[in-house]
Amino acid sequence: MADINLRVNGSEKKVSVSPETPLLWVLRDTLELTGTKFGCGAGLCGACTVHVEGNPIRSCSTPVSQVSGKSVTTIEGLGANGLHVLQEAWIAEEVPQCGYCQTGQIMSAAALLAKTPNPTDDQITQAMNGNLCRCGTYERIRNAIHRAAGNRGPR
Amino acid sequence: MSPLSRREFVAAGVAASAGLVIGFYLPHGETPDKEFSPNAYLRVTPDNKVTIVVARSEMGQGVRTALPMILAEELEADWKQIEIEQAGASTLFGDQTTGGSASIRTTWDPMRKAGATAREMLISAAALTWSVPRSACTAQSNQIKHVSSNRSLSYGELAAKAAALPIPTDVPLKQSKDYKIIGQRLPRLDSPAKVRGEAVFGIDFRLPGIRFATLSRCPVIGGKVSEFDDKESKKVSGVSYVGKIGDSAVAVVADSVWGAMEGRRLLEVRWDDGPNKDLNTAAVVASLKQAASKKSASLYLAGDPAKASGRRISAEYELPFMAHAPMEPGNCTAFYQGSKCELWAPTQVPQDCRDSVAPAVGLDPDQVKVNVTLMGGGFGRRLEHDYAVEAALVSKAINAPVKVIWTREDDMRFSTYRPASLHQLSAALDGSGFPSAMTHRIISPSISGQKGQPTPNNVDPDMPDEAGPVYGFPNYSIEYVMTETPVPLGWMRSVYALQAAFALESFVDELAVAAGKDPVEYRLRLLAKDQDLQYFTTTWKTARMRGVLRLAAEKAGWGKPLPPGRFRGVACFGCFASYMAEVVEITMENDQPRVHRVVAAVDCGQVVNPGILEQQIQGGIVFALANALRAKITIEKGRVVQGNFDDYAPLRMDEAPSVEVYAVSSQDVPTGIGEPSVPPLAPALCNAIYAATKKRIRALPILS
Repeated sequence: MADINLRVNGSEKKVSVSPETPLLWVLRDTLELTGTKFGCGAGLCGACTVHVEGNPIRSCSTPVSQVSGKSVTTIEGLGANGLHVLQEAWIAEEVPQCGYCQTGQIMSAAALLAKTPNPTDDQITQAMNGNLCRCGTYERIRNAIHRAAGNRGPR
Repeated sequence: MSPLSRREFVAAGVAASAGLVIGFYLPHGETPDKEFSPNAYLRVTPDNKVTIVVARSEMGQGVRTALPMILAEELEADWKQIEIEQAGASTLFGDQTTGGSASIRTTWDPMRKAGATAREMLISAAALTWSVPRSACTAQSNQIKHVSSNRSLSYGELAAKAAALPIPTDVPLKQSKDYKIIGQRLPRLDSPAKVRGEAVFGIDFRLPGIRFATLSRCPVIGGKVSEFDDKESKKVSGVSYVGKIGDSAVAVVADSVWGAMEGRRLLEVRWDDGPNKDLNTAAVVASLKQAASKKSASLYLAGDPAKASGRRISAEYELPFMAHAPMEPGNCTAFYQGSKCELWAPTQVPQDCRDSVAPAVGLDPDQVKVNVTLMGGGFGRRLEHDYAVEAALVSKAINAPVKVIWTREDDMRFSTYRPASLHQLSAALDGSGFPSAMTHRIISPSISGQKGQPTPNNVDPDMPDEAGPVYGFPNYSIEYVMTETPVPLGWMRSVYALQAAFALESFVDELAVAAGKDPVEYRLRLLAKDQDLQYFTTTWKTARMRGVLRLAAEKAGWGKPLPPGRFRGVACFGCFASYMAEVVEITMENDQPRVHRVVAAVDCGQVVNPGILEQQIQGGIVFALANALRAKITIEKGRVVQGNFDDYAPLRMDEAPSVEVYAVSSQDVPTGIGEPSVPPLAPALCNAIYAATKKRIRALPILS
């Protein structure tokens, strides 16, 4: 066990866990931020995507010790003042079906838009290809990202 | 599942719906004073709150929006003011199984009658209040109005008075032309919570003092625990219990999920591999081929295919085991407390969970309470009660609330799989190249049979919804050889329809090629005559199939030139009482198909919510494309080989086609929509591949 300091969604947190614990389980079990999901435990599906210092990472395969002292943003902290533009676009495009993967999808999309405000289709595919959705919402995810970027009007 | 099969559940639900309102009264005393609740689906309180109860499970298919729309329509409710409540396992709603594309089908009548009954009673309450005739009052947007005096009372204001009135049994239902809610593209009610990360799925549910458990299960199908050593497991911080659960698993309980996973990793179990330790996929396929010549049951028979003469064409098609792999791995929370046990289950079968958990922990069913959480996908996997029973047993063993969590590898390796199957088709062609006879022989293990449920006349009870005729061939036989396998079987989205459609619609394409005819023209000619094809309790109408095929072909621009390198394929199929046609557009890249566009046309009767319908079809097609391209579960030495999303790879964004959805405008009774888009995709794709390469694919997956 070790004491590890994190900055999560703008708040300083100290957690007492074994240092190899994946960030995912610290977020979900210790900090009770359950918007970040467990899908595969192997970095294959992206359901656990969060931002560390603004970069998208797979929290299921990231030991918490690696993010000690760093700034972590989860879906709960994305739209600090109301909904993030992507969350609004997700609702407008009626993206979610079961919704389980969507928080991870949105976190990947937010990291994309932060660096590439007007992504092309290819850039969207590249950024989003690590996020699986078994309900098959990919086309709507693409449309929602375009909508949030303002580079394609409502259909 | 309980003794009734899924199919029988559906049929029973439909039959029961005729005189249902009386059966759904809440027992006297459960309704607080002044609350108006003429049936279990609805509560109106004096604060004007209208609460609609959803007695099916939400796994992404939109029941928490679509089912309330049906009731709200008849109630003349203000859609913006309704609240939704999820029913747990109950005795008030009939069968609550969510499967078989049946949620709308089986609640269409109950929900409409529930809303209409309440509306009529609210009208009566207002008429009495004002001393005016009922006929002078109208219901509109949570209010009863008396137009001539310009008075109105809200449903909340009328609740107490309405609650005291007798409940009418024969209420008028609205005409479809008057619908204001049904048929509208209303936004789903669950989207905002889902994009905020606030939606509580089964895996997210917490109780004070909750523990977490993972189970080590025998990797060999049917094997058992011999002995285990938990010394290292118990050294993991937070691990509080290690013990056998049932015959074939050992549970590790900790105060965190990660602790439980680490504890399991360090657990040493010696297994008794049991009778299947040498089982492999090749043996399963061989057993299907061996069974092919056995006596079959007749699913459908028109004329006498044996007597027809003409040019004979035959072909054989094969499909593998497949896994559902929903994004949320299996889990369930249970709290056993001596004389009662409560569960919070992401389940498609709350009542089966209750009835299976009860004997497992030595309680009566009415001592088990099952709450239904949101599900991160289901696709049929959560028609099983395994998670619930495990959670209840672990909670009983540790005397504390516990959440059992499966890993992705657990989900892949201890799933229940779509059965592998073999299909033998044979046709006799007349002088113009059209079949004068057709025989389709389905050889497949039975899911219900394996689960010990009735299979009357050696017919799996799902076949009546999933393997019907598409065409009215003059001599036509659909036959079924029910086999057995030790591989655990389960109902996976579209179940046997995926298999039957792949075989039939690939074969019809082969016949069109043999006849030298365009695949759409060929099919339209086969469907040209209006025929009613009676298949068990469903009447398949060639006119409706022709309608969706024409619609899909027209919207896809069938017959119009394509850019160089692009090819089309088509297929149509009916299941769960709905008609579906799909046109697939592909290019070939490095000998592999890339699907660019799918045009889908559906006739599912009255559409309740066109937006949700479009979601379901788009999603079903992406699901089906992954099945067609790659989905294959293999068995080696009695073990499932695949484990995670690397070796059982769902579709990703780079492979996802653009899907266009067109629904036939209809006021017919609504039929299934969750599954019918799945079956036509694989044959349409394989037919496109044939158009591109002249290579016929007769075994799935395509990229094997």
